[in-house]
Amino acid sequence: MGISSYLDDTVHVTSLDWFINWSRKSSMWPLGFGLACCALEMIATFVSRFDTSRFGMEVVRPSPRQADLMIVAGTASKKMLPAILRIYEQMAEPRWVVAMGACACTGGIYKNYAVVQGIDRHLPVDVYIPGCPPRPEALIDGLLQLHARVMKESGGQRAKLKSVKAVAR
Amino acid sequence: MNQQEIRDKLFEQFGEEVIKGEDLFRDQVTLTVDRSRIAPVCRFLKEDPELAFDFLSFVGAVDRYPSRPRFEVLYQLYSLQRNHRFRIKALVDETDSEPAAIDSVVSLWPTADWHERETAEMFGITFKGHPDPRKLLLPEEWTCHPLRKDFHVEGNDEETPDLPRKVEQGS
Repeated sequence: MGISSYLDDTVHVTSLDWFINWSRKSSMWPLGFGLACCALEMIATFVSRFDTSRFGMEVVRPSPRQADLMIVAGTASKKMLPAILRIYEQMAEPRWVVAMGACACTGGIYKNYAVVQGIDRHLPVDVYIPGCPPRPEALIDGLLQLHARVMKESGGQRAKLKSVKAVAR
Repeated sequence: MNQQEIRDKLFEQFGEEVIKGEDLFRDQVTLTVDRSRIAPVCRFLKEDPELAFDFLSFVGAVDRYPSRPRFEVLYQLYSLQRNHRFRIKALVDETDSEPAAIDSVVSLWPTADWHERETAEMFGITFKGHPDPRKLLLPEEWTCHPLRKDFHVEGNDEETPDLPRKVEQGS
């Protein structure tokens, strides 16, 4: 209708928010950053068997300056926390955080004095992925939920949502 | 030398004034040494040519709370020359006026350095004469001793706070 039919599919018309969100979620570069056994599942997710390049995420960056997404994969000890916070602060905005596994979400089985009882005490977590460790399918589901969440952002503000279902593409 | 020969040699050298007790478990002898004499006993174990304990495998402690004396400090020894092992321990108590303390053996075996630092921070036992009595594993600002039996293992935000990001000079 209207302008769309006139241009005959050579030009697509959309809102600026949608276009920015789509760009961000379609090339979200994760940080190569693992803390414990969850890191192995994360690596398995990145490489060819599960293959996050299907979602534009295969470029795992060794430098926080080039990364958009921090996957906190594993047990965060209290002595590691200053380094994690520093890496997070070095990441350029917009940046997102996924808490992967029971330890990153809540401290998991390590309810003791040496382990941070949930990384959300210190970082703004966007998606929590339960499991010990989560299977690659679970991580992929979490990443798709994050994509769906990014698509609901407006004006660069985080979406305030109680629950987000992963959208079909 | 076997365990019994080492035991006899130590009794012969020091007598019951210094060696307060012995335990036999699965053919392994553990001698309890008087706390104030731990340094000369260790020196003898190291320097006697027949014993020749030139390698200190481990220094650790056991908290016997609430019994008294409260702590056992354990020394696990090995001789590379003679291929024999031995274990001694010393009982260390803590009172309100006097903190738990024992002499350091770093001057005999340099490897005791980190072992004693870890034992010191985990149990709150002072090793007198230690050349570098900083904490080894725990954050400097924590004052608790996590391996004590009366320490609440979950910790809390007052005693074992999460560490903040360290702010560098000039940033």
